[in-house]
Amino acid sequence: MKVMIRGNESIAYAFKLARVKVIPAYPITPSTLVPEKISEFIANGEMDAEFVTVESEHSAISAAIGASAHGVRVGTATASQGLALMHEVLFIASGMRLPIVMGIGNRALSAPINIWCDHQDMMAERDTGWMQFYAESNQEGLDLGIMAYRIAEDERILLPAMVGIDAFVLTHTVEPVELPEQKDVDDFIGEFVPHYVTLDPEKPATLGSFGFPEHYMEFKYGQWIAMERAKKVIDEVFQEFEERFGRKYKRVYPEFMEDAEIVLITMGSMTSTTREFVRRLRAQGKKVGLLKLTTFRPFPKEELKALLKDVKVAAVVERNISFGFGGAVYGELAATFANEERKPRILDFIVGLGGRDITFKTLEEVVKIAEKAEKGEDVDEVNWIDVNKEAVLKAEGLL
Amino acid sequence: MDVITRGAVIIEPGNSVENKTGTWRVFKPIINYEKCIRCMICWEFCPEPAILRYDDEETKKKTPAPKEALKRLPVVEIDYDYCKGCGICYNECPVKAIDFVKEEK
Repeated sequence: MKVMIRGNESIAYAFKLARVKVIPAYPITPSTLVPEKISEFIANGEMDAEFVTVESEHSAISAAIGASAHGVRVGTATASQGLALMHEVLFIASGMRLPIVMGIGNRALSAPINIWCDHQDMMAERDTGWMQFYAESNQEGLDLGIMAYRIAEDERILLPAMVGIDAFVLTHTVEPVELPEQKDVDDFIGEFVPHYVTLDPEKPATLGSFGFPEHYMEFKYGQWIAMERAKKVIDEVFQEFEERFGRKYKRVYPEFMEDAEIVLITMGSMTSTTREFVRRLRAQGKKVGLLKLTTFRPFPKEELKALLKDVKVAAVVERNISFGFGGAVYGELAATFANEERKPRILDFIVGLGGRDITFKTLEEVVKIAEKAEKGEDVDEVNWIDVNKEAVLKAEGLL
Repeated sequence: MDVITRGAVIIEPGNSVENKTGTWRVFKPIINYEKCIRCMICWEFCPEPAILRYDDEETKKKTPAPKEALKRLPVVEIDYDYCKGCGICYNECPVKAIDFVKEEK
């Protein structure tokens, strides 16, 4: 069934179709509509779930852990400062190997306060042991939301997952979305079976125990193994989803890659703009390709190596910044190729922070610098695009 | 038992007894049974609890307390396997019947 829904509703529908049983959530812009929509589903009798009202995001994720440890399917949603407030608890969810799925309305962090889109919030949680998926459209938000449960709950994995949908560009934008039939989703993800030890008075166990120095590293190594294994499981689930629902997903989605000399690497909604931009460049005979990262954790190292080894310039276009180094994706891509003989020149383009539009003009600037690099000219490794540099240099007393 | 489980779950509960916290001790409490008035304050305050209490003839048989101490029940005895040497019993004892001496290892 085709429906016209906002990105937040995609996440809410994913939870409904996955028959999530407990939703502890605290509202925050731009994700508020997720708990609102779920409350509506429950009030209308369309969804059989417990909605837990909490006093903060810290409590929301803590309640999610409690519920998941009890052995039910759990979902929650947040964004930006809310996700940052969850920070310490995120490690507990992944360390306890609980397959919680969380929708994130990717939003910038204060200061200055800003409610619009960038990927800083999820990137800041990169090392918490959660899988990370980024949606390009509302359809992807829904599909990845459903698939995230299959992947997270897989007996081989047992890791929590975040599904990012760009603030406003997706969360509040109405798009046509193909809503799968409940029966088909039931067949796809199946009845919830916790493949982990749960809180059960019949079988007492200690969850959230102490780990001494002689054991702690082994638990962390287990998480490492699970995240590495997730690559194969994600591919399997994406494949099965395509067979059942007809929509194709890849951890790295390649387009226009044949003979490509310059490749733009994107995440989230900016991919749609970039695709049209690249299509036009191809029409002009320019050898430009596009790679969309759907999965950031686990990082698709092997795929990126194979796709980019013969490319001249890999231009990472990203909506996050690690001050003192560069963008997170750029850093990881550069590290991916650190020990390779054949590699592209890797450049970083910081764009669209705090909801600044990413337009063809932005991408033209990116390609202009990439073309210079292709010709062997000297260019910066980290490039800030669409920034009034003069005003900043004045404010910093440098002009 | 395998100590490495997924998610650091302990599937055999009640195994904290295997963790002999007595090894942490720097100072050791020693009960002087001649001074002890059997008030049970140390037993009540011990946070572990590492002070064992024997009330009757039955439990008396199990206690490692010296024979002369057992002439008067109830009797308390320190469980050195788990006593961390916090000194609370020594601090609380109203008749100074507990000595607190440097552990010799």
